[in-house]
Amino acid sequence: MPTESAMAKACVQSDDATPVLLEVENLAKHFPIMRGVFRRQVGSVRAVDGVDFHIRERETLGLVGESGCGKSTAGRVILRLYDPTAGRIAFRGEDIGGVRGESLRRLRQSMQMVFQDPQDSLNPRMTVGSIVAEPLVEHGVAKGRALDDRVDELLNAVGLSARFANRYPHEFSGGQRQRIGIARALALEPEFIVCDEPIAALDVSIQAQVVNLLQDLQERLGLTYLFISHDLAMVRHIADRVAVMYLGKIVELAPSDELYREPLHPYTRALMSAAPVHDPELEAARERIILTGDVPSPADPPPGCRFSTRCPMATPECSAREPEWRELRPGHRVACHYAGDA
Amino acid sequence: MGVPLSAAPAAEAVLAVEDIQTRFHTQEGVVHAVNGIGFELGEGEVLGVVGESGSGKSVTMLSLLGLLPTPPAEIVSGSARLEGEDLMALDADRLRKVRGARVGFIFQDPMTSLNPVLTVGYQLTEPLRLHLGMDKAAARERAAQLLDLVGIPEPTSRLSDFPHQFSGGMRQRVMIAIALACSPKVLIADEPTTALDVTIQAQILDVVKRLRRELGMSIIWITHDLGVVAGLADRVMVMYGGQVVERADVKSLYARPKHPYTRGLLRTLPSPDDEDGSSGRLASIPGHPPSLLEAPASCPFAPRCEHAFDRCHRENPMLETRGEGHEVACFFDVDRGAPRAD
Repeated sequence: MPTESAMAKACVQSDDATPVLLEVENLAKHFPIMRGVFRRQVGSVRAVDGVDFHIRERETLGLVGESGCGKSTAGRVILRLYDPTAGRIAFRGEDIGGVRGESLRRLRQSMQMVFQDPQDSLNPRMTVGSIVAEPLVEHGVAKGRALDDRVDELLNAVGLSARFANRYPHEFSGGQRQRIGIARALALEPEFIVCDEPIAALDVSIQAQVVNLLQDLQERLGLTYLFISHDLAMVRHIADRVAVMYLGKIVELAPSDELYREPLHPYTRALMSAAPVHDPELEAARERIILTGDVPSPADPPPGCRFSTRCPMATPECSAREPEWRELRPGHRVACHYAGDA
Repeated sequence: MGVPLSAAPAAEAVLAVEDIQTRFHTQEGVVHAVNGIGFELGEGEVLGVVGESGSGKSVTMLSLLGLLPTPPAEIVSGSARLEGEDLMALDADRLRKVRGARVGFIFQDPMTSLNPVLTVGYQLTEPLRLHLGMDKAAARERAAQLLDLVGIPEPTSRLSDFPHQFSGGMRQRVMIAIALACSPKVLIADEPTTALDVTIQAQILDVVKRLRRELGMSIIWITHDLGVVAGLADRVMVMYGGQVVERADVKSLYARPKHPYTRGLLRTLPSPDDEDGSSGRLASIPGHPPSLLEAPASCPFAPRCEHAFDRCHRENPMLETRGEGHEVACFFDVDRGAPRAD
């Protein structure tokens, strides 16, 4: 019999009635490559090159892929830290791709980010209290006594003592610093948080603490997450649905259990088979798909399917024609000519 | 496999390390980084060394190779017998002859350990000419063979390339080739795949497994990734707070961990066949690693341990054999769920 929580999760996945919070269509971000004395543009790095997905309220979408696949850029474009080159970003149905000035500032109250390295993202000269208070002051949300109370409340919410408010970031361990980063992200009561590799810089024994905190906060505050990570096991644990990115494109998107049980794209399969498992018996028995070669440069992606240069199943068709973004099963999309054939 | 895979170290250990103690003199005080580490490495054995940042795993290896700057480091005691000869008693000149010839090592970041202004060919032939007295032509030929061995395409022409012309995974292969140049008895690899993507990590692990089979080297593999060790090591040594807390053959360590820290670590990882996914919470180890600013007078894990009782805060447990080839440093018997009788 499924547990109550498992059923609750199944509901979240299948419930099409839950409103869509964020939707991106054909989103692209190209960075120009400049050369020479006159800084002429000689090409562009196609970091994100046409991705589509949506995230429903209170849902966690995992975004996985290897370094350079464009997953962090995608997160930053959505938050409008970069301007999109093309495509549409809709937040609560409203197109936010072009908003500027005051409306962008207001929008930032509802969309926040947790960064990978808590060492680099916290100002070492500011006390923890002023780091957490800064967004509240900046947006004129609170001042005086109310501000102090709100800071204490935020620190408590992430499991830190309010006594720490007068200390500096260097006095804290990596896990505690990440909690400070999370408190800052929560300050303006956002609805949507992009977590960009939030546990990658942390020790194994601390990772679980931070992941549990993110899940507790999501339940308590009704948050929606885009969880960017290269850790497949952790993404499976935290995400309701998972999107797999390769060289600027999403190659597969599915409910997490389904994706891990039955990956359809050859890249997803290779990625999963490459991730080591902490069980010697299983490791000895596993057949690994070892990809040859390296990821091509996003400045000069291969024609057709971008994975075709490394794909063990590639045919001439693959480098000739770009695969369609097909929905093979309800909620399970894949971009591969041959997915589902075998 | 052509290599004997015994759980216990072979009768004559290739490397026998005893009682290494290393301290760092810093502004905040004396950091007791390594507190009495000893281990044996058998012929053709892969020893996995697992621990979090600050557990002393890298400092142990740097101490025995004489690679720590003194000051701030101070090596208080220790011996490391490589085929009977104590490396830690050698003078700098003779130690330099051992490093790179009889002991090879690979570090985490290949970009900082390769010299950016010298060709890969030069860096590969240098140890061959220095340690083996080869002439230029012979060294170049051997260098090309080494690049071929680690799976670099077109090895002869790539000898004249500089490190920046290689990708991250290829650079790490070059590092492995340099470490293997003089056919060392022992290869020490410190987090060699941590900076790499999983699909590239799988390629490197594949190369290492093949080399170990073909060359019969003894390998020390340092990592924080319990998954990598599960698939590679014969025996595993778990470190915490500058001490060895548990050591066993790989299967019994993962199947029957006896130290509360090892058990905790394995429990915090999301299970590979975790069907209930995001509904549950991960088990976590509360607190954070010790600062090591005091000499260890009690169990370093006691403040975070769910089983700690008064004795754990008074005495530091010794590593003792509990069951065949399984050693643990703990006053608590996790199998019986009670403190040990002795």
